[in-house]
Amino acid sequence: MKPAPTHAAAAEEFLKDSERSHWHDETLWHVRSKRDVSAQRIPEWEQLRTLASQIKDHVLSNLDNLLLQFEKNAQANGIEVLWAKDAQEHNDHVLRILEENQVRQLVKSKSILTEECGLNHFLEDKGYDVVDTDLGERIIQFNKQVPSHIVMPAIHLKKKEIGDIFHKHLGTEAGADDPKYLTEAARQHLRQKFIQAHAAITGVNFGIAETGGFVVCTNEGNADMGTHLADIHIACMGIEKLIPRAADLGVYLRLLARSATGQSITNYTSHFHRPRKGKKMYLILVDNGRTKQLGREDFRNSLKCIRCGACMNTCPIYRRSSGFSYNSTVPGPIGSILSPGMDLNKHSTLPFASTLCGSCSDVCPVKINIHEQLYKWRQVITKEGPPQTSKRWAMRFGGQVMSKPRLFDLMGKMARKSLSISPRGFVYNSFNAWGKHRELPEVPKETFKDWYRTNRNDDK
Amino acid sequence: MKVGLFIPCYVEQFYPKAAIATLELLEKAGVEVAYPLKQTCCGQPMANSGYEEFGQGASDLFRENFAEFDYVVCPSGSCTLHAKEHILSNKEGEPKLYELCEFLTDVVQIKELKSRFPYKVGLHASCHGLRGLGLARPSELMVPDFNKPLHLLEMVEDIDLVHLARKDECCGFGGTFAVFEEAISVQMGKDRIQDHQEQGVAVITGADMSCLMHLEGLLRRDKSPIKVMHIAEILNGQEPELKNQ
Repeated sequence: MKPAPTHAAAAEEFLKDSERSHWHDETLWHVRSKRDVSAQRIPEWEQLRTLASQIKDHVLSNLDNLLLQFEKNAQANGIEVLWAKDAQEHNDHVLRILEENQVRQLVKSKSILTEECGLNHFLEDKGYDVVDTDLGERIIQFNKQVPSHIVMPAIHLKKKEIGDIFHKHLGTEAGADDPKYLTEAARQHLRQKFIQAHAAITGVNFGIAETGGFVVCTNEGNADMGTHLADIHIACMGIEKLIPRAADLGVYLRLLARSATGQSITNYTSHFHRPRKGKKMYLILVDNGRTKQLGREDFRNSLKCIRCGACMNTCPIYRRSSGFSYNSTVPGPIGSILSPGMDLNKHSTLPFASTLCGSCSDVCPVKINIHEQLYKWRQVITKEGPPQTSKRWAMRFGGQVMSKPRLFDLMGKMARKSLSISPRGFVYNSFNAWGKHRELPEVPKETFKDWYRTNRNDDK
Repeated sequence: MKVGLFIPCYVEQFYPKAAIATLELLEKAGVEVAYPLKQTCCGQPMANSGYEEFGQGASDLFRENFAEFDYVVCPSGSCTLHAKEHILSNKEGEPKLYELCEFLTDVVQIKELKSRFPYKVGLHASCHGLRGLGLARPSELMVPDFNKPLHLLEMVEDIDLVHLARKDECCGFGGTFAVFEEAISVQMGKDRIQDHQEQGVAVITGADMSCLMHLEGLLRRDKSPIKVMHIAEILNGQEPELKNQ
């Protein structure tokens, strides 16, 4: 699907296929419900969230020192640590490593950071065959799409569509949509790729400053399969993915999978500390706008995100508009507070793609005040984003009316009068977005103020 | 205890019955209530659209209007939350702001209501009251269960309250969101209505008339027999306007 310029337009487009949008909503609501059941089983759930949030507070306040500690310990373990100030530097590092080690074949497990950096396209342009090994990512890679969800990248596709994609790319039987058959085909296909690969790229869920090690969580074991077979392991990590101590890890592992899918823990939680004998391990620490976000007091908490996707599953707007409507690497509520910091103009409609219902903040395992940050981005966007003359004018006028009681009473009277005498076609015109599918309220005989003056007020 | 009544701008203009019910309900509970006539709006529409500064005049007026009161009570969770977060900051000497249901539950500590409502009712949990003010336990939070609006409705004689499949999903009103994200807003509203419809409700109620205005707009366009009523109207024993049922 070609991304539309505003979230509202893209959402409207997605909703035109009502069967699909309803299915999308139900599917993700089901995941949210599984999260609820799973979280309910932990009596100290809310304490865990608070603790996770506080630890991240500590990390964000001490990021400079913790990163240096992490680097030192990782180096002592024999990991080569590289720093990247932006996506370009990150991609250049990866390319250099591949060239230096004469790697031609590489496999990659899921990493939203590499999506953010556009690594696949960068390497493909240089002639590399990059194979995504996460099942969902492989599907969308075949389909030339980007992830529509950070945990379930192909959640926008139905079984039947995946069958068609596999038929085209893996030669499975036409029309097959049995998940077991299709995943077996993917398994056989990926086995070959794992065996052939010289390098494996992974993301990082948690870097541990105290040990210099890092943790990668997957459900398919594809990160392990890749790193165990390849000589080179390149781990790409956003600098905010740090936690201070190994002892803190349990807090996050208990929250992550439960929040993401309702599982008690990811199927594979792999701890990497040092390269095996004769093998190499690289760790690229990427900034790409994160220090800037850290410097924005109102928005720094967004860096606590552990990428569980719970805010997407709960968001009534995400569920009904799908990830593509956000036109940003990280979609949904968390994407709507992260992306404007990367490109305010491109993402200026995202903070408005919310009713500020607050469900995102309440499911967030690290208690990011997402909906409050959406509100705050709105204040920034009206000042620094693309100009919206008519909306601004309307709001200024509204503000003036609301600050003068007599004017308010008068304008109210006029509006009520014109609504009650105007012909229907005049009121329900093409500029009346409210009235496209909704009636306006019926105009009552009197306002509350009128009634109060007659029935209660003694001095007027 | 001096209590000032704040009536949201659109309720003042379009839903006086909800405001009258609020006033009568408070009076019946023995509360002395005054309604300052120079009130307009809390400024939320401007602020939520990203123009906080244009809502400043309304905020100043709000502060002026209610300076002399101990409490301000408002029959809307959303407006109460906005005023709490952006106008009155709970400083010493400032009036304390309450949404109607929480005022009746926490301050008046109402024990009984003399009202009867023999109809099937669905309670819509409006988000700002629910998650912002904590009127009930949001389904996301793993804390002991409570629900102030429901607790009040349960005091009404013969009321038949239904269980919804999604007990606190947003209806999609969201202020100017309803207009600028029209398609999603409408779909969310329709989905909410369907949940209530499947339970066979005659009336959808809630503590925020704005959500109900949105749902009513959809219901009336669809010529649905389901009516919306502000919770104050039910608590105050008003009859629904069910035509030819």
